[in-house]
Amino acid sequence: MNTPLNTPLNTPLNTALNTALFGYTLALADDALVSAQRMGWWISRAPELEEDVALANIGLDQLGQARHLLTYAGELEGDGRSEDDLAYLRDDREFRNVQLVERPMTDFGVAMARLLVLATYQLHLYRALAVSDGAPLSGVAAKAVKEVTYHVDHASRWVLRLGDGTEQSHARMQAALDAEWPFVHELFTPCHPSLAGLVPDPAALRESVLADVRRVVTEATLVVPEVSPALGGGRRGLHTEHLGYLLAEMQHLHRSNPGAIW
Amino acid sequence: MSTRDWPLWEVFVRARRGLSHVHAGSLHAPDAEMALRNARDLYTRRGEGVSIWVVQASDIVASTPDERDAFFDPAADKIYRHPTFYEVPEGVHHL
Repeated sequence: MNTPLNTPLNTPLNTALNTALFGYTLALADDALVSAQRMGWWISRAPELEEDVALANIGLDQLGQARHLLTYAGELEGDGRSEDDLAYLRDDREFRNVQLVERPMTDFGVAMARLLVLATYQLHLYRALAVSDGAPLSGVAAKAVKEVTYHVDHASRWVLRLGDGTEQSHARMQAALDAEWPFVHELFTPCHPSLAGLVPDPAALRESVLADVRRVVTEATLVVPEVSPALGGGRRGLHTEHLGYLLAEMQHLHRSNPGAIW
Repeated sequence: MSTRDWPLWEVFVRARRGLSHVHAGSLHAPDAEMALRNARDLYTRRGEGVSIWVVQASDIVASTPDERDAFFDPAADKIYRHPTFYEVPEGVHHL
């Protein structure tokens, strides 16, 4: 893998590349950040105390990934924005997460269907980033691989148990998959052409990610939905109405009390 | 998905190689695989372990308080079972 980034990132020569890599990093960061916020909704609401802790752990893993990625994005940008600036002071049109993660997640089946898809995608992406020697993000990705491996495991086990469980759990798990599936395809939006060979292109991961997901879905006696993809656009800052409400909740404390720590 | 259907599991955690598994607590889980994962999330959050055992609480055979006298009291006055009657020769450090 060629590594033009061996030259300092902030030299004028690399400005265009920096901008592209900033967008790429922001996309990964925002997927993790928004998903973490949705996962936090489950704290105190999971079906069992044990699951409550598990989902909180997963959300905090995602938050940790988002923090590293946002910090790195801020460095790439070179405007001195910190992780907090990027997390709390951007409006929805500046977020680059897929619409998959921003929609409400108040059904346990939906939570597990979404986590299965997202974590499988992240696992393939982080794994590819981690092995690309010298490539940007490889350090963050290497740490995240272990975390998302566990997320895939957790989601898979629940999809298997609910899909291959009772009549009711099967029906609800299938309904959850049906609800999430139109939003799966946006994950594989191609990255900026200038990044080719430098970082893994999500578009190239489609087959391997979907094969992994399909294996779990089929083993759970469920069917992969045949639905048209949603319009998408999250990677370009076009979001559903749900993201605004999520950000209002996530950002209001920092915006009301800038720099607040506790 | 009610607690009624989720059996109780006992969790044993080994802190590091060379030590034995020690009882850490209990939890609810629908089956053994999920119990192991719940144990990971509940009892090894801060690097407490390198190995976990889970066992369904109903599978543990335990002595009861009723049996305590017959089980344990007879050992109380057998002082010769304690290695207190050996004199350590002078100058021996590693007996």
